[in-house]
Amino acid sequence: MKRIYMDHAATTSTDVEVVKAMEPYFSLKYGNPNSIHSFGQEAREAVEEAREKIAHLIGANPSEIVFTAGGTEADNYAIKGIAWANQKKGNHIITSKIEHHAVLHSCQFLEKQGFRVTYLPVDKYGLIDPEDVKKAITDKTILVTIMHANNEIGTIEPIKEISKVVKKAGVYFHIDSVQTVGHIPIDVNDLGVDMLSMSGHKFYGPNGVGALYLRKGTRIVNLIDGGAQEKNRRAGTENVAGIVGLGKAAELAEERLTQGKEKKIVRLRDKLIKGIIDKIENVRLNGHPTKRLPGNANFCFEFIEGESMLLSLDMEGVAASSGSACTSGSLTASHILLAIGLPPEIAHGSLRLTLGKDNTEEEIDYVIDILPGIIEKLRALSPFKGNWEGLN
Amino acid sequence: MGMYSDKVMEHFKNPHNVGEIKDADGIGEVGNPICGDIMKIYIKVKDGKIIDCKFKTFGCGAAIATSSMITEMVKGKGIDEALKISNKAVAEALGGLPPIKMHCSNLAADGLSKAIEDYKQKSKKK
Ligand code: FES
Repeated sequence: MKRIYMDHAATTSTDVEVVKAMEPYFSLKYGNPNSIHSFGQEAREAVEEAREKIAHLIGANPSEIVFTAGGTEADNYAIKGIAWANQKKGNHIITSKIEHHAVLHSCQFLEKQGFRVTYLPVDKYGLIDPEDVKKAITDKTILVTIMHANNEIGTIEPIKEISKVVKKAGVYFHIDSVQTVGHIPIDVNDLGVDMLSMSGHKFYGPNGVGALYLRKGTRIVNLIDGGAQEKNRRAGTENVAGIVGLGKAAELAEERLTQGKEKKIVRLRDKLIKGIIDKIENVRLNGHPTKRLPGNANFCFEFIEGESMLLSLDMEGVAASSGSACTSGSLTASHILLAIGLPPEIAHGSLRLTLGKDNTEEEIDYVIDILPGIIEKLRALSPFKGNWEGLN
Repeated sequence: MGMYSDKVMEHFKNPHNVGEIKDADGIGEVGNPICGDIMKIYIKVKDGKIIDCKFKTFGCGAAIATSSMITEMVKGKGIDEALKISNKAVAEALGGLPPIKMHCSNLAADGLSKAIEDYKQKSKKK
């Protein structure tokens, strides 16, 4: 059976060109970039070249890029690092209710240490209101951390507008860009952010490597202590092959973006959304109709549960994901779906299909073709028939 | 997918005894307090034996498979014997469930005992 991958927000394939670029840095050019000899120096060169490519992709200066072991570490570093370094100024952090756990759990950790955190609400599309940010800022606020785009419902936040109010108050601004880097054009100066997290495996780079953009002059303390790597900002011998892969992924992403390739994905996404909404009853699109990630489509199908949809789709070769309670390790519905105001029983029926650069028109047609049958079959099993009567 | 046993997947793909019984002798409805799933189970009793059993479930793959399995297990059983079917027994009959999915099998076992309770209540009134 042909398999169709529509879970790109979870992870992407590592581009073959990325793998090719990484290969020499395992067994041939294996030097430690901190060594003086030629082995070390060729590795150092590769790391710095990657740094330049990544900086270029987001309009930053190479010296402002710090490599990490992924997006989660970048988020932890930004949030805890700023909090600890600026305690004298204040103890208040502002974030939103729909952040990734890497951000939410970092904030909760800091709360236990005496920091105060405001979790901003979002509207039904998942949008944060810059006015709410403005109102939440106090003279004790030291950091605002907001995601660039939501991993589940795909909504792109008004970062530029938020930045205006944050900058006016003289507060640090971090964005979690794990879902956007490489997928939409980004310029850190245009957005007006001080820190930005990214992750390699979300844009056709390898797993286990990411970076934090750290604006020059930002007051931050380290998360990982040890050697003097990354200009004393992140200890540990560099993951040279991973960093090279991240750099190559950035270069390829920039090529695609300058060619406007994401437009093809937007077109396929809209076709998928329309096809599903047209053919199936009692379904809703989650997230904003236009302010959304190129590849993200997220629905709630009433009266059925997400995991059973995933299993049924998987049996037909389609890989997707869900924010249903049953699919989460914690057995509670996705905090994101609840934050946009969905009742738990509706969140139960969520299905996320995230497209990537290699998905084809035929694949979209196939999913539009098979999904109605799957939904119908599962609805036949459901005690709810066309309404929620009997739900207490 | 490697998450579930073949037996679970079999029952998920082709669940047995799906539906409602119009003139059921007992109906049990349970909600899973953990994840919010809901199951409805119907029984038909004759001479103290369960002669038919059907279900409807709003829930995960394991919830659907355990629902299907329990309806198979109770058919032909005396009501007291049926009451003894534990969620563990259902899970075992399915070749086991992942630890995080054990609670799903409660849905089926609790649903069944509610249906039997309902039957007992109703027959008392007669
Ligand atoms: S019933 Fe929800 S996890 Fe199985």
